[in-house]
Amino acid sequence: MEKIFQKLSLSSATLVFVLLIGIFITLYSAAKPAIDEFGLHFIINPDWNKEIVVETPSLRADTVANDAEDDAIADEDDMILDEDDDEMLLDDEDDTVTKTIYGGLVPIVGTLLTTIIALTFALPIAMGIAVFLAEIAPKNISYVVGIAIELLAAIPSIIFGMWGLYYFAPIVADLVGGYQVSLLTAGLVLGVMILPFMAAITRDSMNTTPAVLKESAYALGATKFEVIKDIIFPYSKVGIIGSIILALGRALGETMAVAFLIGSIFVLPKAINDPTISIPVAMANNFGEASGLGESALFYLALILFIISFAVISLAKFYFLKKAK
Amino acid sequence: MRLLINKIFLALSILSAGVGLAFLAWILITLFMKGLSSFHFSLFLNDLIEGGLRNLIVGQMILAGLASLIGIPLGMTAGIYIQEYGQGRYAALIRDLSDIMMSAPSIVIGAFVYAIVVVPMGGTSGFAGAIALAIMMIPVVINTTDSMLSLVPRELREAGIALGASKYKVIIDIVIKAAKVGIMTGILLAFARIIGETAPLLFTSETSNYFSLNLGESFPSLTVSIYDLANEPEESSRDLAWAASFILTVLVLIINLTGRFITRNKK
Repeated sequence: MEKIFQKLSLSSATLVFVLLIGIFITLYSAAKPAIDEFGLHFIINPDWNKEIVVETPSLRADTVANDAEDDAIADEDDMILDEDDDEMLLDDEDDTVTKTIYGGLVPIVGTLLTTIIALTFALPIAMGIAVFLAEIAPKNISYVVGIAIELLAAIPSIIFGMWGLYYFAPIVADLVGGYQVSLLTAGLVLGVMILPFMAAITRDSMNTTPAVLKESAYALGATKFEVIKDIIFPYSKVGIIGSIILALGRALGETMAVAFLIGSIFVLPKAINDPTISIPVAMANNFGEASGLGESALFYLALILFIISFAVISLAKFYFLKKAK
Repeated sequence: MRLLINKIFLALSILSAGVGLAFLAWILITLFMKGLSSFHFSLFLNDLIEGGLRNLIVGQMILAGLASLIGIPLGMTAGIYIQEYGQGRYAALIRDLSDIMMSAPSIVIGAFVYAIVVVPMGGTSGFAGAIALAIMMIPVVINTTDSMLSLVPRELREAGIALGASKYKVIIDIVIKAAKVGIMTGILLAFARIIGETAPLLFTSETSNYFSLNLGESFPSLTVSIYDLANEPEESSRDLAWAASFILTVLVLIINLTGRFITRNKK
């Protein structure tokens, strides 16, 4: 019995390991066709689901033999052929061979930009809330507001998205101009969404500062600002940075709050109030219809997102937060 | 001058706290106003196809419940391993990996389950949805179990062993009992978290307009339907989405508060 229980718990623990490796392998193998087809060029190619002319009839004979080389050449050909794409398709539609290409630049840029906007917006406010909760507010107010913030962190993200689309975005669009669904509104709503989470964990970091340190500083005549700036921030700096990066990791992978607001079009944004798309939203909106190479390209995006967030979270957890302990 | 800077800084901090709280209050007020005005008890009696939410609420509960049935035992035993049996590197590695998995993008988990369950089974199913939610839940349960067991004093374990109990007896009868409240709270919070998830369900369970208890086919999901309804042009669909969001939020908040209440009572 003892042995069985021990084996059982060991295998459950191993399951975590297997799952994580399994996610990597599954995503990689599902993305394999797209990786083989587009390689790393995928990351900098802004065209998604675009028909391009691969080879003209006259060229076909020589290129069939060395397909492999052709792939490499095709990348460079994209650029040249892009402009006269349409005419060629019209001219001799039956004779030209076209293929659909997928590039991940737009969703990757969209993901990074929405996250940056969200952090820029949420960071100062979250710091303010954390300082308020940890140092300024009286104990009972801090307790109640603290619980309220934690409860808000539990609200499903889809609700932030709906609120953002119908109530927040129209106001922002009135103030700034441009579209209601845009990089800006998506980023801001994402910022509002990570706000409670960021405030709560930053406050926890600040609370680790020993009371003795603070009291000694006050005894020396320091003002509250000086205590916060010179005692609390230096002491809990590493923990705070870790908390920020953790919130960043959460923002990177967020789907629903962004899905309502980003506009979901595969176009590079020219201005901050242009619509575009992010990796999670590209997956959420296109997975159902996609098949073949398109689906594989979505898995490629998923793999990229997974690697980015894996790196970001590991950095936060194992460098900053471990050090903070 | 120092005092002035101090005042300005404190004012700024209070101001930003005010701004943050105002935003969050705005969301809640909107949700309650819109939700309550569209809310009606008949929503609980009709399915989505008849303009109600019954099948969706039941479906979401079943998905989250089934995920808990899978996730809680696995998460707890893994947590027990890390804290009680595991020594050295391996246990630490599992703990770290579980921490990373806790923050993994939920849509990626959805894609993973799509590839390993939906594709081989030939279509979306309630089963796939529950597995996706279970994967989301396991690391949270591991984390709670691990940290709650670590609070149990060593002496309790030693006393048990000294009485001649075997290790698993000590774990089940003494250690788990001592940490029961904390673990239960953690599980409630984990449940509240997965019940509001949308992204992992989008292409695993999808959703359905009809009442269904058949886990082998597309399964009604409240959150996925909120997403669909909110994007429809008709006002009536959007109102339904608000009512559904309201019900979901109230549910999540009640579970959360229950969890906190239990822990507080213990203290």
